[in-house]
Amino acid sequence: MTRLALCLLGLLAACALGLVTSQHHARKLFAELEREQARAKTLEVEYGQLQLEQSTWAMHARVERLARERLRMRPPEPQRMQVIETPARPEVASR
Amino acid sequence: MRFADSPVLAPTFPPWRSRFVVGLLAIAFGTLVGRALYLQGWNSDFLQAKGESRYSHTLEIPGNRGRIFDRNGEALAVSTPVKSIWAIPEDVALSSRDLERLAQVLELPREELRRRLGDTARDFVYLKRQVPPETADRVAALRIAGVYQSKEYRRYYPAGETMAHVLGFTDVDGAGQEGIELAFEAGLAGRAGSRRVIKDRLGRIVEDMEGVREARDGADVTLALDSRIQNLAYVELKRAVEANRAKGGGIVVVDTATGEVLALANLPSYNPNNSARRVGGQVRNRAVTDAFEPGSTLKPFTVALALDTGRVSPYTTIQVSPGSLTIGSATIRDAHPEKALTVEQVIQKSSNVGAAKIALGLAPETMWGLFDGVGFGAAPRLGFPGEAVGKVRPYKTWRPVEQATMSYGHGIAVSLVQLARAYTLFARDGDLVPLSLVRVDSPPPGKPVVSKQTAALVRHMLELAVLPGGTAPRARIMGYRVAGKTGTAHKQEHGGYAADKYHSSFVGLAPASRPRLVIAVMIDEPSAGQYYGGAVAAPVFAQVMAGALRILGIAPDAPMKPIEITPPALEVRESV
Repeated sequence: MTRLALCLLGLLAACALGLVTSQHHARKLFAELEREQARAKTLEVEYGQLQLEQSTWAMHARVERLARERLRMRPPEPQRMQVIETPARPEVASR
Repeated sequence: MRFADSPVLAPTFPPWRSRFVVGLLAIAFGTLVGRALYLQGWNSDFLQAKGESRYSHTLEIPGNRGRIFDRNGEALAVSTPVKSIWAIPEDVALSSRDLERLAQVLELPREELRRRLGDTARDFVYLKRQVPPETADRVAALRIAGVYQSKEYRRYYPAGETMAHVLGFTDVDGAGQEGIELAFEAGLAGRAGSRRVIKDRLGRIVEDMEGVREARDGADVTLALDSRIQNLAYVELKRAVEANRAKGGGIVVVDTATGEVLALANLPSYNPNNSARRVGGQVRNRAVTDAFEPGSTLKPFTVALALDTGRVSPYTTIQVSPGSLTIGSATIRDAHPEKALTVEQVIQKSSNVGAAKIALGLAPETMWGLFDGVGFGAAPRLGFPGEAVGKVRPYKTWRPVEQATMSYGHGIAVSLVQLARAYTLFARDGDLVPLSLVRVDSPPPGKPVVSKQTAALVRHMLELAVLPGGTAPRARIMGYRVAGKTGTAHKQEHGGYAADKYHSSFVGLAPASRPRLVIAVMIDEPSAGQYYGGAVAAPVFAQVMAGALRILGIAPDAPMKPIEITPPALEVRESV
């Protein structure tokens, strides 16, 4: 009888310690999850800012100006344009 | 003798004293038990809450406002975190050097700052809202007591004035005020949430207790706009408005297959990133909110109806001599009197008398039915705030002269967007689809208005109008067949027509063999000498159409031969 009680007591202690360890583990993992989520949030914000920056740099007015002024580009003259017929291909649609 | 029996230790106090002490202890003990019971039993909620507040915290989770993209995924409006600097005036003790530095960092006048901080009656005062995070960091580095910052969001519009009218803007708290921002407010707006968490000694979150309120980010909106075409349209419109010293103008580009609005620009415009400029008339999206008398651009509809009902064929001759037509007390005139014109030539040369005569052969009810069918007199339902309905009076009140003038676009008012949509009738084999500002993935079914043959016939007439001998040879573009119609109308002022103020417009489609785009251009009050739609608006159409067709990679349907400049003698001036 006493031995059974001692056994159960030992088991109880082990369970209690196990609970504490797993709880601690869970909290550690949760903290990590939180950290990653916060990072995801900051990255999302940064992504938005980068999109903004990309849009600003890639403004068509700016690209066109640079192409004209710095790269000295211009639309091709009509006489030098040749249209290639591709009857088999489906029509090019705007995306 | 034992120590304990010593008579010196014999009790000399009366026995009640020990009982009294026991009693006191019992009362003290009882009090403690009572207090414990009270705290554990009756008053536990309060204490539990106090205890929890040591480790649990409520976190605010911001809900981000959705982004707006063009059809190719380019960002047009993005919210990004900024800081607002605020202060509790009573707590701020500034040395004049600190004040100087703070004013410098915030780019505020020193006096203004002193005034705001001097108002000690207030507990809270914004020093500056929506400053970039770097500026906020520099303010924090000054370490001024009583000055705080909080996180906010600010909306940026990289395209600036080019897309200002379509996108609209938000107020300082992030709620949509105009344009798409207002129209899609419900979807775009995020909802802030909060949740309760357990934090450990180091401030790390270790456990989620309960989500009090879920945060929801606003949904992104993908517009039908193509920013390349939009930019082109805006630039060309601006060039034309400046060259003609006009008061304003508008342009709408519509994809005929889907009804998507690929570009929509207005002038005067404003920079939506600068809140000080977002006031007054320039904020109005005129192409959508303002109706005007369109003039001759309406003639094709009358002719289409006459063809559709079988009253005329393209070669029916209409007597237009002597170049004027008197109905009651009113006289309709042509700029170039001719003897007789075929129906085709009425469109090509834009004859008012011809159009009026065709209209008088139609029943008012059917004519009204056509106007109604193409969407005049009804909001285009783009979802835009303040869409103009236009003005089409009920046919029962029409007098013959009104029916005649309506055939060439007077006594009827439409917005530029309505006009562009109506022209998709000729681009789409006689049916119409609703316009859409957001990207459409599967084309909606069309609503038939006139027959396929009628649409093809009118399209051919519109092609004649841009050829030499028509009113708008300047609308031609190389490599493509173009069809379109000019319009020039006196502006309405003080209940009458202004003698020298005009609305010059052009609506056209291309490639005429298989139309893909409809572009409507309107220039408001050109005042540099030219005012005919064919001279003012048609060149804008040609530039934008040529660019848009190239951008969209649409195959040419005409030989790549340079367009010969039409001698002015061959350019027909339309009747106004």
